[in-house]
Amino acid sequence: MSVIDPPAVARRGRARKVAAVLGELMRRPRAAFGLIVIAIMAIAAVFAPWLMPHDPFEQSFDGLTLAGAPLPPGGEFPLGTDLLGRDLASRLILGTRTSLIIGVLANGIAVILGAGVGITAGYFGGWIGAILMRFTDLMMAFPALLLAIVLAAIFQPSLLIVALVIAMVNWVQMARVIYTETRSLAEREFIQVQRSIGSGTLRVLGSHLLPHLLSSIVVFGTLGISTTVLLEATLSYLGVGVQPPTPSWGNIIFENQTYFSTAPWLVFFPGAAIVLLALAFNLVGDALRDILDPTLKGRH
Amino acid sequence: MRGYIIRRLFESALILLGITLVTFILLYLVPADPARQIAGRSATAETVQNIRDQLGLNDPFFVQYARYLGNLFQGDMGRSYLQRAEVSELIAARLPASLMLMVAAIVTELIMGLTIGVVAALRRNKFADHSLMIFSFVSISAPQFVIGILLLYVFAVQLGWFPIGGYGTPAHFVLPAVTLGFLGAGWYSRMMRSSMIDVLAQDFVRTARAKGLSKGRIILRHVMPNAILPIIAMIGIDIGLFMSGIVVVESVFGWPGIGQLAWQAIQRVDIPVIMGVTMVSATAIVMGNLLADLVAPLIDPRIKTK
Repeated sequence: MSVIDPPAVARRGRARKVAAVLGELMRRPRAAFGLIVIAIMAIAAVFAPWLMPHDPFEQSFDGLTLAGAPLPPGGEFPLGTDLLGRDLASRLILGTRTSLIIGVLANGIAVILGAGVGITAGYFGGWIGAILMRFTDLMMAFPALLLAIVLAAIFQPSLLIVALVIAMVNWVQMARVIYTETRSLAEREFIQVQRSIGSGTLRVLGSHLLPHLLSSIVVFGTLGISTTVLLEATLSYLGVGVQPPTPSWGNIIFENQTYFSTAPWLVFFPGAAIVLLALAFNLVGDALRDILDPTLKGRH
Repeated sequence: MRGYIIRRLFESALILLGITLVTFILLYLVPADPARQIAGRSATAETVQNIRDQLGLNDPFFVQYARYLGNLFQGDMGRSYLQRAEVSELIAARLPASLMLMVAAIVTELIMGLTIGVVAALRRNKFADHSLMIFSFVSISAPQFVIGILLLYVFAVQLGWFPIGGYGTPAHFVLPAVTLGFLGAGWYSRMMRSSMIDVLAQDFVRTARAKGLSKGRIILRHVMPNAILPIIAMIGIDIGLFMSGIVVVESVFGWPGIGQLAWQAIQRVDIPVIMGVTMVSATAIVMGNLLADLVAPLIDPRIKTK
């Protein structure tokens, strides 16, 4: 990376770099698996209305046994039915939407917030930096799940509120990483030069600092989606996340858990879906860290 | 070193003070009216008003906060709104169960994580390494309630080896401890693996090999002790994971600890209890981090304590 990149060259270079990183990801079996899982889930989320075999909200008459128990997988209902006789496969497919929307939204907010706090504190330092980083320390020591549950209990949980709650809990790690990097970058010559020739603050931050932070933002942003997916599932499992009847993988387990000993598929399939999605983002994020962080090259 | 410890203690106290403020603000914003809940549904408006006065809920925010802090400094966390007991008594009654569960979880995660990490490092880039690392990726990607329910289904319902829930005998510990330690096992196995690989590449290992020591002896006496040290320093940081984990794990297994207490209190908006558990958890997390920071320079003198 050169010291001062003319923007046009940089942009073309960046497109090529993204392609190179994607290619590198596909060459690694674990990351490729992760990317494929994410792609399948994204397709399921976008095309859910056409992919669902049944109406996910319909309490089907033949969805329960004569004794009123949920149906096991097979036949008309490929993954069985839930306690109310609704098709589990359809609810899982629609649940993909919930998970991805919250994953992307909550993590997006957390990334912007965390990177914003980290850059501000690291670049300006002084008392602004001190206050922001002490606040970050404070949030680090907060029992995260308790905080999320209390926040979710204060506001009536809607999809947006759940995403906001998760973002409020998850921005901290990003802030710390970006803060440390910004501080060391701010001392470097190419930033000092920009400052001394009188470039505006926003210009220095946007055109010169941010490009160097992009790797970390991408890596921790990807790993963060996994944390977000898990937190959403946990909140919904506890009944303070996404509210039924909107299906989320966590609240499907919440609704059906009393039956888990006789109808284990009602826990197994949504559970597997959560693990698979979180795993996919972890695998991709881990590989990205390997690829983008040159200090780790060849170590593992 | 002493200056460092004093500074870190001071910082920790400030963080805890900040947490009391943030928690108090959050709970102040909860729309539910505690007085109405205590009084019950059939109470008159006057009764509710009296209770509000008694609890001091009509006072301005900062008066309430100052009173809370004043009491807290005297070790008084207030009374539960809904159970006839002091918050400190409720927590004290529940804390041993949670602490024992955490100790069991630490043992579990260390045994699982270190074993996996060592085996993976020794079989680096071989089949065993790849499968173990995939396992560790799965374990950091699995929510605790899913692990807990699956373990219950397989080992309690189907095989009947362990009780379905509850507390009391050593058998009760196994499934909750494994559930709580599963996540940490994933992290530890990855850290142990890379720590082992680092140590294996160092000169003293080559020297030991050149001296003709057996491979087993080199691994056990020279590599593992050095590889484990940086990992031991991380245990303090686990407390944060556990403090979130016990809310879920205790609710899945019906474990009578502070996680369950917190969860019940949140559902019934028993604010003094929520405050109390949050403060106890935050204190534990801060102490854990402090411990990790203090232990790290002892283990690795290269870490500066400036």
